[in-house]
Parts: sequence; structure tokens; C-alpha cells
Amino acid sequence: MSKKYDVIIIGAGISGCAVAWKLARYNLDILLLEKEADVATGTTKANTAIMHAGYNADPDKLKGRLNVKGNEEIREVSKKLNIPYEEIGSLVVGLEGDDLTVIDELYQKGLKNNVKNMEIVDRDWLFENEPNISRDAVKALWAPTAGVITPWEAALAMAQNAVANGAEVKLETEVKDIMTKDGKVEGVKTNQGNFAADYVVNAAGLYADEVAKMVGIEKINITPRKGEYYIYDHAKDFAVNHVVFPVPTPISKGIVVTPTVENNLLIGPTSQNVESKTDLATTKEGLKEVYEGAKKLYPELDLRNTIRVFAGLRAADETEDFVIEAAENVKGFVNVAGIQSPGLASSTAIAGYTRDILADEGLNLSEKKNVIETREEPVRFYEMTNQERAKMVDQNKDYGQIICRCETVSYKEIVDAINSPVGARTVNAVKRRTRAGAGRCQGGFCGPRVVDILAQELGIDPTEVKQEEGNSQILEYKIKELLGSKVMDNA
Amino acid sequence: MLNLKKDLVVIGGGPAGLAAAKSAYDDGIKDVMIIERDMELGGILPQCIHNGFGLHYFNEELTGPEYAQRFINDVEERNIEVKLDTMVLDVTKDKKVYAMNKEEGFLEIEAKAVVLAMGCRERTAGAIGIPGTRPAGVITAGTAQRYTNIEGFVPGDEVVILGSGDIGLIMARRMKLEGADVKAVCELLPYTGGLTRNVVQCLEDYDIPLMLNHTVTAIKGEGRLEAVEISEVDENLKPIPETAKTIKADTLLLSVGLIPENELSKKADVVLDDRTGGPIVNEGRETNIEGIFACGNVLHVHDLVDWVTEESQIAGSYAAKYIKDNFTKTEKCAEVKSGENVAYVIPQKIELEAGDRNRIPLYMRVSTPLTAVDINLYADGEKLYSFSEPFAKPGEMLSVPLAQKTLDDLGNVDEIKVDIIEKEGE
Repeated sequence: MSKKYDVIIIGAGISGCAVAWKLARYNLDILLLEKEADVATGTTKANTAIMHAGYNADPDKLKGRLNVKGNEEIREVSKKLNIPYEEIGSLVVGLEGDDLTVIDELYQKGLKNNVKNMEIVDRDWLFENEPNISRDAVKALWAPTAGVITPWEAALAMAQNAVANGAEVKLETEVKDIMTKDGKVEGVKTNQGNFAADYVVNAAGLYADEVAKMVGIEKINITPRKGEYYIYDHAKDFAVNHVVFPVPTPISKGIVVTPTVENNLLIGPTSQNVESKTDLATTKEGLKEVYEGAKKLYPELDLRNTIRVFAGLRAADETEDFVIEAAENVKGFVNVAGIQSPGLASSTAIAGYTRDILADEGLNLSEKKNVIETREEPVRFYEMTNQERAKMVDQNKDYGQIICRCETVSYKEIVDAINSPVGARTVNAVKRRTRAGAGRCQGGFCGPRVVDILAQELGIDPTEVKQEEGNSQILEYKIKELLGSKVMDNA
Repeated sequence: MLNLKKDLVVIGGGPAGLAAAKSAYDDGIKDVMIIERDMELGGILPQCIHNGFGLHYFNEELTGPEYAQRFINDVEERNIEVKLDTMVLDVTKDKKVYAMNKEEGFLEIEAKAVVLAMGCRERTAGAIGIPGTRPAGVITAGTAQRYTNIEGFVPGDEVVILGSGDIGLIMARRMKLEGADVKAVCELLPYTGGLTRNVVQCLEDYDIPLMLNHTVTAIKGEGRLEAVEISEVDENLKPIPETAKTIKADTLLLSVGLIPENELSKKADVVLDDRTGGPIVNEGRETNIEGIFACGNVLHVHDLVDWVTEESQIAGSYAAKYIKDNFTKTEKCAEVKSGENVAYVIPQKIELEAGDRNRIPLYMRVSTPLTAVDINLYADGEKLYSFSEPFAKPGEMLSVPLAQKTLDDLGNVDEIKVDIIEKEGE
């Protein structure tokens, strides 16, 4: 334990990555720790991927204050860091029989939260702008500032920019304990050794309560709240033009129908508290609820072009608000906990708020002279025209070999994803960075090639290549190896 | 960007593309290019190392690589141009093909005719929405076949297979031969999806349990697959909760259907048939876009490669005729309709002038299995004639010829309909 960091951030989800990005512009030694093999593998990788406008969050809560700020900031941040973001606007659509007063209440709440450009639109507007919407639609709250974003790319971009500005990221490093002395943070104990620091930020997502308990904080209690989803193939035949919500109930924003930035259709989520923080199983009942909910808004929708089902867990604190505050009992320890919806939309604002708390706690913020503000745009073949692709191939022939045919991902993009800062080590990490395997065949064709490229670039055997976490190896044996062991057993 | 001109561009170097290219060449079109996205020719055949190929076409029993090699040799002997490791990104309705590879970069090829021979892909776990987690170890049977037979790896050692399509049955045996414990093949329907001979040779001969009317109702495991829950289904194919049981498994292979891969066809405005998932074609296997032909599994999913070859020869020959400006269309097009208990019929329309119609077999699949059937053909509602078959199964294609007399009368016929029903009096 030689080097001493100024700030250690626990957890490389969207919140931890945003805090690292925000702090890396100052003259600080920053270490971002993640227990999994990639950033953004928890709540950040499985959610509705929305930049909420901010009319839904309670103005008296931290959520309400940070949502609108985050929504406004993302426009600039997404450009600087080249994060895929589309400001397509959202609709809360009231159908016949719904309590339509809720729409007006949301509008009023939005005004209080300072949400810009909202309008109440009628059914004619809806039929013109959202042609597949239910004929039972009566009116809607239109919030043009809402958008869709690629959440894991947002987290990765912030982590990469932090690294460019000198921060360190350690993956597969799990915090086991927080070291304190005389009521003050000294560092963290991990499975990869101890790291010293003056300040520790707890952005451990679903596990933020467990990390808080390491310093004796009992008041944070995270309940995993499951949301199940269907994702569709690129939606060419069925237009959905906005993030479309039903009228919310007191406990949930309901089943959303939305395009993603990459123009896949996404429907979900359910909202159900579960026992286990690793329970990412979809259920028959949950998937039924999602489909039936989506069909209320879009009766013509069927499941024929779905390519995957998934579930994510929201990290809900029992206060149902973000818990972002310095610990009262331990100097230098700051919680960034309970970051459920609209956590993604608030992420940059959460980072700014956390920075201010750290400054109040005594962290010295002096800006670096040559802050790197931008992240170079990764080549994304899938969104290029053929002319642009031709130009890329002329520059580097490795772009000429297409590995993922559903999403048009080249060999060069995959190799770059592995070898760039905060590089991909797993098949899913490659998928998140490049979209290889995210298409309609779900890696049926490119899977073996991606495994092969990962093995080559990381210098490991293909049987060591993992899909994601833990023991998720894709291939267990070399050919005849299993047969050999059986023969031996019998002998 | 490299700009090229070709008489015929064949997209896909599997059995369909190879046979189409060969036939077009033999019919006088020498300026042919085959574009293949993989590193070698043969499509899926190189990974199909089992035997059983070519019984109809060659009257011999060959392995997949052997069957492919015969056509690869044919193509090489004819010096037909082949571009390997080359991905077609776009096809337009005016027959421009855009492709890319590592050596030459971006290619724009102007073709007089195009044969679509891109094959099919497998339906995935996500597409059928099995509840549960998403661990490693859940892969399609074809991907497992590639890992095992080409890459040299065995995915796991405790295997459950969902779906009794041919690849699933073949992989059940393959995994068993590799020393894996193949615990069950589950099939949702009351009958298998694959060929009878594969049920016998791959499951029965190896004592692998076939569980009809069963499906996987949950996938369990966080990192790697740990277990699957399987349940019996009722007559409406709904799982019966009381029958659920958990089977320990580290590998779940899916053989739950094949989908013709028509993303490129759509870019060229080719109209698809909801029943087959492939283009609507006439008897020359020409799509609605003049000069764009389709054959093999991109057109409809075949049971045997022998029929792919037969069909692709038709497509190749008609593409050659088209390039030589050697066929014309009738004023009236006869629609070919699927009647009772027929899942689909290929071709969907007959519209070429007589003289070009020396052989027009109708390929079809039955909707539900029957023993002792009559295949009845009708012209505008009037019964023409029947063919008898001892049985008809959805997993096995049927083909019947159209009589020359019918063809001669076609100028007057609007609709040909086929039904496959139980033999009268049995």
C-alpha cells in the first residue's frame, strides 16, 4: 500500500463513473473500483435508457432537483464525450378511462421543476405524430426535452475521459472493508489488496447499503426492485417516435414503449421488489405484464420481432429518494446511494452535487491546466453510410472485415474496444462497446469469432473467455478433452 | 472504392449459391461472381460433418464437407470468380451490390442479374422469450456445432436440447459422442421437427430421451447455466405448472426454428411471403424485382440439401435466361395457393411463357402430420389430380410436378391450389 489517493470511488456504474469524470478535471489522484469485469454491469446495463424530462420527480426531493439539471447538462456532455443521445421527447398518454387529471398534475409538477417547453397535446396531434398509438388516446403531456441515451456507453465514456485525465480504474476489484482511523477514512480493503485514500465515495449501487455498513451507517437500506423488458430488432416496420408512457400510478411510471438510440424498440419495465440482489431472472408473469401494458398504448404491437428479454434491478432506498450526503460519523466518507430512476437522467448533476459535498468536506478542488474535455468518437460502422464506410476501409483494411453481420461491426472496432482504455475483457463488454452480438441473431454467428478475437488480444485460451461475470465461461472443454476424462474415470 | 461490372452476382457461397453459379455458367453466363462472407465456401455444410447428404442428388451418402466439396470443385474447374470473407452490405433494386472485404476494401458491383442465396439463421432464446436468467451456456445448436466441429471446443458436459429440429437432433448425438451427458431433447409439439431418420439415428440409437409436449419454462444460473426447468404442455401448448421439474445442466442448446435471412432482400424491395419468411417467387425463382432471383434457405427452409441444389439449379438457369433476354412473362399470372393443411407452396406464382416450363415441381410442407395422404391439386377450384404419400410430416418437404397439360392451360388459370388431406376411405 504505497500510493495514497485523494478519492476512491466504489462502483463503476453510471454514478461512480460520473463522479470520477467530474473529479478528474481537478488536481486529484482518483481511483475508481469495480468488482465486475467491466464498467456498467449492474443497474446501468439494464434499464429503460431514458433521459427523463423531470416532470415526474417530486420537487421536494433530491430527485426532482437533480433530474432537470442532469437533463439540461447531457446535451453538452453527450456531444463532448460522444455519447449516443437523441432528444426525441416523451409523451404521457391518457387513454379513455384513465384518470386524465394526472396529466395536468404532471404538467404542474413539471413547471415547478422548471421543465422547459412542455405541452398538453390532443388526440389529433397524437395520431399525427405517433401514428400507431391506440385509438383510445385522449390527450398527452408532451415533454420535448426528454430523450434516449445508451447508458453503458455513457458510463464508459465518462470512465474513459476520467482515465484520459489521469484517473485510474481497477476492474474485478471488490471492496471488502473500509479502513478508518480516529473517525476518519483511511482507505479500502479489497480482494486485490488495500488502497489508501482521504476520501471514499460509495457508489456501489445495489450494494451501497452493505458498503455503508462497513463504516457503521445503518440508515441506508437498498431494496432491489426488478424491471423486466422485451427488446425488439431494429424497428423499421413499426414506428414509435417518442418515449411513450401510460398515465402513472402512485408506485410506477408504468410500461413504457420507446425506441432506443440504436432504433431498437424497447418495452418495459415491471416494478417488483425482490429478495436477492442477483435475481435478474425474467418471469412469465412479468413478461406478460410488459406485453399487455405495451399493447394498451400500441394495440398493433406483437412479439414477432423481439430479440431478447432481460431484467434489471433498481437500487431503491427506503426513502425513495437519492441519498447523496457525507457521513456524519466518519469524516471523508460520502454516500451516493439509492440512485434509482431518474438516476441516469440525473447522473451528471449527481456528480456535480457529490463534488460540492466533497469540497464542503475539505477536498481541495484546483482545476488542472490542460483538462481533456472530450472523448474521441469510437467508430460505429452500424450508423455509417456506405460512403463513410468506404472511406474508413481505405484508411485501414481491418475495417473491411465484418465480424457481426446483423449490426455491421468490423474486426477493427472489436480490437479497438478490447485495447482502448477501460478495454473490453468479456463477450458482453465487447457487445456493449461495439454492438457485436446485439442484433437479431444474438451472437449466433459472430459469437465464435468474438471469443476468438478476445482470446487472441488478451493472450488467453478460448476456454477462459467469459460472457460476463463470475464463472460465465462460454466453452468448457477442448475437443476430445471431455471424452478423455471420461475414459480415465472408467479406467 | 472499386467499381466492377458483372453479368451475375451470387450472394452467398453455400450449397445454393454454388449450384446456382454453376448452372448459370453451364447455361452460357461466364461472367459470374460468388460473394461469400465466411472464410471458405460451402455455407453451413463444412460444420455438418455427419453423413446423410446427397442420397437423392448423388445417390450416395456423403458428409456435409464432401457434398460441399463436389460443388466447390465444380466452381473451381469453371474458374468462377469467388470473393471470400466479403460482406455484402447493400443490394439495390437496380441490381447494384455493395460489399466489403479486408483486401480490396469497398466494392460496388453493377450486375445484370443477382441470385440471393444468403441462407438462414437460427431462432434464439430471446426470440422465444424463455423466462429466467441469461447465463453463459445457452446457445443455438448451430453455434454449438460450429464450436465443436470447426473451432474445436465443446461447450459443456450436461446438456439439454430444446426443439427437435434436425440440427438439435444431430447435436444431441454429437455432444454424446464427445462424452457429454445429453439429458433430454424437449419438443413443444406432439411430433418432432426433424427428419425421421435423425430421430432414429441420433436419439434412439444413443438412448437419448425425447420428451414430446415438453418445453423449457425457466433458465437458471448466474454466471454459467446451472439448471433448466422443463414442463409438460397441454393441448394448447401451455405449460402445466404441476409438471415442472428441474434438470441440472450447464448447456442448453436451442433448435427452435430457422429464419430465412432476408435483410438484404428487403433493401432491394423484394416482397416476402409471411408463410415462408422468404421472397415470393415465380417458377424461375425470380422475385418481384426483375432479374433478382432467390434459392435455398433464403427462399424457404429446406430439410435436405439435395432439394436446395435442385432449386438453385433452376434459379441459376433462369438467371442465365434472364441475362440472355431469353424469357418472357405471360399476360396472366397464376397464383399458387396453400390450401387445407399446407403450410406453404413454392413457387407462389407461375408466370413464365410455355417452353420455359419443362420442369416445375411444387415444393411444399404440410401443417400438421398425417399418415396416408392425398396431395390434391386444383385449378380455379376444379380438381386436377392427386398424388398419394404414405405420410406427411412438417419436418419433411414434399414435392409434386405440375403436369404439362396444366401448364399449357395456364393461360386460362388464375389460381392453382394444393391441399394435403387424409386419403379417402382410410
